[in-house]
Amino acid sequence: MSNTLDVTAGWSRWRRSWWYHATYYAQTWRGSVVSTVFFPIFFLAAFGVGVGHLVTAHHGLVQGQTYLHFIAPSLLATTAMQQAEGESLWPVLAAVKWLRTYHAAAATPLEPEDIFYGKLAWVVTRSFLTGVFYTIVIGCFGAIESWWSLTLPIIGALVSLAFAAPLVAFAARSQSDGSFVTIYRFAFVPMFLFSATFYPVSAYPGYLRPLVQLVPLYHGVALARAAAFGQGSLGAITIHFCFLVAMALVGIAWGRRTMRRRLVD
Amino acid sequence: MLTRVLPRFGTRRSTHIFERNFMVYRSQWLMLVSGFFEPFFYLLSIGIGLNSLVGNFHVGGQVITYATFVAPAMLATSAMNGAVIDSIFNPFFRLKISHAYEAVLATPLDVNDVALGEVWWALARAGIYAASFIVCMALLGDANSVWVVLCWPAAVLTSFTFSALGLAACTYMRSWQDFDIVALVQLPLFLFSGTFFPISSYPGWLGAIVSISPLYQSTSLLRGLALGQFAWIMTFRMAYLLVLAFVGLTLAARRFRRILVP
Amino acid sequence: MTTGPILEARDLVKRFGDLTAVKGVSFAVEKGESFGLLGPNGAGKTSTLRMISAVSEPTSGSLTILGLDPRRDGPEIRGRLGVVPQEDTLELELTVRQNLEMFGRYFDLPRNVLRERASELLEFTQLSERANDKVDDLSGGMKRRLTIARALVNQPEILILDEPTTGLDPQARHLVWERLYRLKREGVTQIITTHYMDEAEQLCDRLVVMDHGTIVAEGPPSELIARHSTREVVELRFDTDSHEELHERLSPFAQRVEVLPDRILLYVNEGDDTLRELHAVGVVPTSALVRRSSLEDVFLRLTGRTLVD
Repeated sequence: MSNTLDVTAGWSRWRRSWWYHATYYAQTWRGSVVSTVFFPIFFLAAFGVGVGHLVTAHHGLVQGQTYLHFIAPSLLATTAMQQAEGESLWPVLAAVKWLRTYHAAAATPLEPEDIFYGKLAWVVTRSFLTGVFYTIVIGCFGAIESWWSLTLPIIGALVSLAFAAPLVAFAARSQSDGSFVTIYRFAFVPMFLFSATFYPVSAYPGYLRPLVQLVPLYHGVALARAAAFGQGSLGAITIHFCFLVAMALVGIAWGRRTMRRRLVD
Repeated sequence: MLTRVLPRFGTRRSTHIFERNFMVYRSQWLMLVSGFFEPFFYLLSIGIGLNSLVGNFHVGGQVITYATFVAPAMLATSAMNGAVIDSIFNPFFRLKISHAYEAVLATPLDVNDVALGEVWWALARAGIYAASFIVCMALLGDANSVWVVLCWPAAVLTSFTFSALGLAACTYMRSWQDFDIVALVQLPLFLFSGTFFPISSYPGWLGAIVSISPLYQSTSLLRGLALGQFAWIMTFRMAYLLVLAFVGLTLAARRFRRILVP
Repeated sequence: MTTGPILEARDLVKRFGDLTAVKGVSFAVEKGESFGLLGPNGAGKTSTLRMISAVSEPTSGSLTILGLDPRRDGPEIRGRLGVVPQEDTLELELTVRQNLEMFGRYFDLPRNVLRERASELLEFTQLSERANDKVDDLSGGMKRRLTIARALVNQPEILILDEPTTGLDPQARHLVWERLYRLKREGVTQIITTHYMDEAEQLCDRLVVMDHGTIVAEGPPSELIARHSTREVVELRFDTDSHEELHERLSPFAQRVEVLPDRILLYVNEGDDTLRELHAVGVVPTSALVRRSSLEDVFLRLTGRTLVD
């Protein structure tokens, strides 16, 4: 039994769990691929171009960028968050309660931790692929200015891991989906709207700014923006990066416990 | 009574479906209450940051903030989104997953009663949401005239149209995965129906396409009412929404019958 | 009030596109009777049941329920029926008690009446202790009992049950049977479909055997057995695959021989005598069982197939 945080030792086993999730997705991919492809285009067209026109006419550049360039990276971060959320709540509850597919998997040589890591690995894989596509779309809208933009898919994957780990951990210990909608409406919608996604953090009154900086998505947005423009201080980037990594690690530590408790004890 | 005008759509018994939903949702009140916060957050967010970026608007001789411009559109959108949940997601669950309707049909209720009852429910919920949204607009300073109260019936009409269309769409859903298609219709409607920028930004032909969107018609209607700028075209917009509602309801009743009592 | 049958079906046909599920069935049910529709899956039982529940319209044929025409008086008829569908279709988000009270509202029953009646029914189906639990948490047998309680909420004149005990464990089954038997004593007319012959024998005064959308036999269970089978059946198992060869050897000893994939059935009047005779001529099965004829044998006789496959 692997009770240390030595993740790599179990790789041969949890890659099977990854494979399981990938195979499952392969059967249900159509609708979500369509949304993955079209949603960023829609959003960039509406906000970047449509609202962007209004902003350019009235305000001009935002932090030295056109509005389109300004919001493009934040959409990548928010999409990574939304993807993590979509993959982690209902599907996990279904697998541990309604369909009990994780219980079936736990009856094989897989340990609960393996299933958990495999799930996270799959979410990260998917977000990375989405990130690649996003980066291309952003590029097509002309919103890429630096070689650092090549790291955008990795940032997307990190953001999704930071959210997926605690969410899977939470879903694994849930008895019903009653709280999920509440989480969505009181955590994810506000995060989407108030993480300096659509305007710079300077829009907030001074006393609110530290609060905004406590919002996890804010760090994802800031990191993506820094990469897309190739700017930002090393100190700030380190903080954003560490915040997300810390969130992922806490989520992983919690998820190992909840998954084991749900599947074995 | 609407039931007397539209007897083919159901009877007084349809109110029992309303009652049923009320009973089910009483235990999930938090979900209902939370639904109200979503548009509130949007308005708040726009007010904080985008007002200053986008600047003021000149609409029909009035100078308004960006949030005042967007607020009626958000009201229309929330009416649409609520209708999608009430009329596509939930009935789909009862129609295809839990088969709750089959038990109901063994009672004196008829298929049309079931369909109409769902519309009643959607409307009642929409009425409450719309009222609280309008209060929010006023609190956040996004309402410029007292005429904003007229947005209430118009928002309920919007819900009626989308509920009827949603109920018809619900019967075509085969599995949960089809809901990705719903989202694929919903999102562009939300983004491009004159919600965040005026339809005059589009080239002419694109503007013509957008004006087919029921959400655009509703948004324009609500915006006019909120600003107290009345025009004859509003009558057309209302008629358009009513006709769509009628088409949706007819189709929904027919499809429900085919699925439930083949 | 006329004294004719409480339900009468003549030449009922139900077609779904190209598929004809019910191909012209006729039967009548008397007041107070327990009437059964016995047949394998796909025999047309459920389609027939949906028609006599005044839910789905017959493609052709005539149907009178409680003296009314379901095409015209559907809501009134349904108001006087109770239906236990094959799937439980309970409201999972509601409590046990709420399920009953809500369902009663569909019949326009006043709330105070419902409160009282729900308590009685919960008592009757032994669910009082679970009254305030969510339905989702109940066992299969409890859900079934609740579905039956729900069907009784409008004090129906006819109770229609579609496979009432399919999927229940033996103990839960017997509890359901016992409650249905009590209802029968109280004079509630029952129409039951089942593919369990023991259930049909237990519950039904009279039944029709359905196969491929038609009625192949009709009568009380004992009469059907007497008419279409012998008194006893000897079930033999052999350690061989060539059952056909045995068929010839065994046929002189029985009125009729049925060869099934796993065993051979001999239809006789005195099973023990037959076994002795077989031993005498050196036929030694690996196992032998003597039992009384059942509806299963009737069905096998009439259709050449077993009920549960």
